[in-house]
Order: sequence, then C-alpha cells, then structure tokens
Amino acid sequence: MPENKTDLKETTREEMAYEPYTIAMGPQHPATHGVLKLDLELDGETILDCKPTVGFLHRGVEKLAENMSYAQTLPLTDRLDYIASMANNVAYSIAVEKLLGIEVPLRAKYIRTIVMEMARLTGHLLWLATHALDIGAMTVFLYCFRERENLLDMFEEICGARLTTSYTCIGGVRQDVTGHFLESLYSFTEDFPSKIAEYETLIDKNRIWLKRTQGVGVVSAEDAVSLGLTGPTLRGSGVEYDVRKHMPYDAYPYVDFEVPVGSKGDVYDRYRCRMEEMHQSNSIIRQCIEALPKGPIRAPDAPDLVMPYARQKRVVADATFASGVIKLMEDTEHFIEGDVYVSAEVPKGELGFYFVSDGRGVPYRMHIRSPSYIHIGALPFLCKGQMVADVIAIIGSVDVVLGECDR
Amino acid sequence: MESLEIAKKIQEKYPDEVVSISETRGQVSVILTKDRIVEILRWLHDDPTFQFNHLADLCGVDYLGKKEVRFEVVYNLYSIPLRHSIRIRAQVPEDDCSIESVTGIWMGANWHERECYDLFGIEFMNHPDLRRILLPEGWEGHPLRKDYPLDGGGKNWSGYDEVVEKAKKLSQYDFYGIYQDPTKKTGLEDAREQD
Repeated sequence: MPENKTDLKETTREEMAYEPYTIAMGPQHPATHGVLKLDLELDGETILDCKPTVGFLHRGVEKLAENMSYAQTLPLTDRLDYIASMANNVAYSIAVEKLLGIEVPLRAKYIRTIVMEMARLTGHLLWLATHALDIGAMTVFLYCFRERENLLDMFEEICGARLTTSYTCIGGVRQDVTGHFLESLYSFTEDFPSKIAEYETLIDKNRIWLKRTQGVGVVSAEDAVSLGLTGPTLRGSGVEYDVRKHMPYDAYPYVDFEVPVGSKGDVYDRYRCRMEEMHQSNSIIRQCIEALPKGPIRAPDAPDLVMPYARQKRVVADATFASGVIKLMEDTEHFIEGDVYVSAEVPKGELGFYFVSDGRGVPYRMHIRSPSYIHIGALPFLCKGQMVADVIAIIGSVDVVLGECDR
Repeated sequence: MESLEIAKKIQEKYPDEVVSISETRGQVSVILTKDRIVEILRWLHDDPTFQFNHLADLCGVDYLGKKEVRFEVVYNLYSIPLRHSIRIRAQVPEDDCSIESVTGIWMGANWHERECYDLFGIEFMNHPDLRRILLPEGWEGHPLRKDYPLDGGGKNWSGYDEVVEKAKKLSQYDFYGIYQDPTKKTGLEDAREQD
C-alpha cells in the first residue's frame, strides 16, 4: 500500500530497532504458479528485498535443440508455456520459416491466427482463474475453467491433444480444420463476450478485489520498458507495444483489432488489459473464421520439414530410421548461413527465437527469449516496499509460467 | 529507419570498433569488438534518431573452431517509438572471457547476463549480482559451450549425489510396508525402539 511505501523510505535499515528477517516463499507455494522460490527480506510485513530463485525446471531445451533437426525441436516448444502451447508452436514455426525464407499459404496463416488467439484465450482464462483464486475469489476459478475446457476440447478435435499440441509444422499446419470445428468455435465466440461480462460482475465491482489490486505493484512506463517487460504487463503501464502490430506475422495484417493499454501500471490495469484483450481475441477469431480462404495448408517448398521423414522414404538404400534422420540433419539444400531473431506475441508477452545457422539442418544455436523469465527478473523491482500479501497479487498480475522461464 | 542505414551510421561513428556488417533475410547484424560496447549501446539507447529502448534479447554464442574469436554476445535491440531494430554482436575472445555489463542502460539485462554467464561462462564486469541462475551453485562447466558433452560427461552433479544418499538412507525404513506384510516392523516402530 502506498502509505507503507512512504513509511519505508523514512526508516533506513540502520535505524530499525531489530534485524530484518528472511522467509522463503516457495518453491512449493501454491500461489507462485510453479516451482518459483522467493527469498523475502521483511520488516514486519513490508518487503525490503526480494530474491527470486529459478531453474528448478531447467531441462536444457537450447542444448537439446542444437542436437536435433528443426522439425524435431517443435514438440519441445509445447513444454515451454504449457498452458498455451499452440502459441509457442506458431512462434517457433514463424522463426524457422524466416530462416528458411518459406512463404506459408494463406489458409494456413488464418488457421494459425485462429489457434494462436484460442491459445491466448486459454492462457488468459487460466491466468484470471488462478489470479482471482490467489486473491481470494474462488468462484471465478470455476467459471474460467468451464470455458477453458471448451477450448481445450476444440484443440483436441483439430490435433488430438489438449495441452501438448504440436499442431503447426514448419511451412504450415499439420492438419486442416474441419467444418464441425469451425462451427463449434464460431458458436463459442458468440457466447464468449457474455461469459467475460459474467467474470466482470463477479470481481470488477468487488471492493475487496479493488482494494487488493488498485495502486499495488505500480511500475512506470519508462521503468517497464527498461525492465524488458512485454505483453499485457507492459501495456498496463501505457506503452503500446504489441508484436502483432509492430512486426505483424501470419494473418494479423488482415484482421482488424485494437491493442488495449492501461495508464497507471498497477495490478488492476494489467488485469483490465487482459480482460479487454480477451474481447479482441474473440473478435479476431470471428474475423478469421469469416474470411478463412480455401487452399493448401502447407508450403510446397519445404517438403522435408513438413513431414520430417519423407526424405527417409526416398533414400531406400539405407532406410533405417536413424540414418534417415541423420541425413535430414545434414541437409544443406534448404538452409543458409546466418542468424535471425523472430518474435511473436504469446499470452505472456514477446516470445522470441534467435537462431544461428551454419547451413546444416540443425540449429547451430537456438536461444529462447521467454517473457516469463524477464518478468520474474522484474519481480524484485515490483515487490520492493509492498506487503507480503501483495506479492501474491503481483506474481499473478505479471503472469508467469515456470516451464517457459526455466526452459 | 532501415536497419542497414543504422549499421552504416554506427560504422561511420566507430570505424575502429566495427568488424563487419552482415545481413540474413533482411535482418542486419553489426559485429563489434567488445572494448567500447557500453559506450556504443548507450549512444544507440539515448540518441533521439535511434531510441533503442527495448532490449529484446541478449544471449551468447559459442563459435568453437568456426571463427577466430570464440564467443559472441548478441544484443537484439528494438525501438518501440520508432519501430526499427538492429542486432549488435560483440566478439569476446576465449583468453579474455569478459565483457562490460549493460545493466546500467537496460535494467532487464540483469537476468539475461546472468544466464549468459551461467551457460557460457562469459563474465560481465560491473554486474550487480553475477551468480548462476538456471543451474545450481557448484555446477561444473558451462553447458552451452560446444565442448560440453550433451550427456554432461557422465558425471553427476554433487547435489544430486547427496539427494540419492539421503534417499537411500530413508529407504531402509519401510513406512508403507505394513500394508503388504502386517508382521513386518514399520519404520516408525524401528525408530521408537532406537529411542
């Protein structure tokens, strides 16, 4: 609370009557959204310092990717932000396509935009559910999971998986969408705005909610940019930076949508941004379904990447599985030497992939710029001078997922 | 402003620092020596014609056996108000594996640099808190270096061995064995007898 922040400035550490004490929040704390550990140094209930510890989920995705072909790495991206894996698949695919110089067919672009916005809805719904639960609004949790379930069922319909989708492939998407899927998604989008209104009636005028969120975890626009925050967390501070608008990819240039921005940069503004974004996502999905063109769903000039083992069929002479894959990894036909950095707007923020290629079918170096990692790095700045209970609200409002942070 | 134009301007101002300019698929990288990196990046950040206020990404690359200078630290910069981007690659030789930190320009560089230190062993001078971040303290080696084997060299992390030892010690108490064999002593009784 602001009053406490000013109190803190008046008492320096030397003047304090007693030693500040340290408590460890996490890594098994339910409100840290995963295995995040925060060492909090406290004066009473006011936070003097906050030291996040991450890395409990480190799996070495970047090292693994250096030893696998581009198509083989795609399923690993599901395990980054596992609550909106479709968005990661798309982000990875557009990065590899940029490196290869592949132009994706228009239908595939529209389908990808649809699934990306669906992923944004699933991500934001889970965020709202857990954020509200952390602050103490139990009912919202159940309401959000009801809609999220519908979306996950639709994911299952198009690719057979609910969470680890691996739906896109380099050069398009793996399977075409069915009419039934489009119909059920369209009817979902018709109802969804009323569902958002339902969530808002539960919390938007709730005095406890407002007290817990307004004026908490304030970050100015300048600091937010300097900290590297992206996505709704940045836009809550009033900076209009959205990769979909700044560096449009897939079908985003063809659809009409707005980027909601906040003004104060507190937890409440970030919450409002995400709620407005859900409306925008809903409208993007509707536009894409209405304008979905006919045509192929995969680029013809990336045959071996679309079906990773198609080449192996051709090489009959040494048609063992492993040698086929090795041949593919040594493929020097399609790749050029050089490096590219491509980012996409995922629910959490800007997910970027940096590739260094030496001309083989294996990335020489892949670096993942994960928004959650940067957001957790900003927590010490956001938490300083706040109360312990506000830390929960702040973690919720920056929206982190540890699978993506630790990679 | 076009990325190539920005690269030319950097070359004009710092001709001794710029090693080369390369372009891949329309994305321009400027390769620099590391000595005046902070000065150049601060200029790119503050100058009103550039305004690179968003450090999109910072990472290391190991060119073992590929290039003369082994490491590179890559800065992907983007300007939110002016909507242009540039990539700066600073060369870091193996025998002097350190570079000046840019946390004074972008606060968000803090964790990027810690990650780079953790996985590549590149030291960032004047960094406020340079510790390992993704790997535990006491880890040997830097995994993203090209000479680090994929399986970790067959050696376990010392902390892992400790955990295994602990688990072995605990497994001699069969806490749940009572459900299979009622005559068998449980760990709790065993502990009581020892008291």
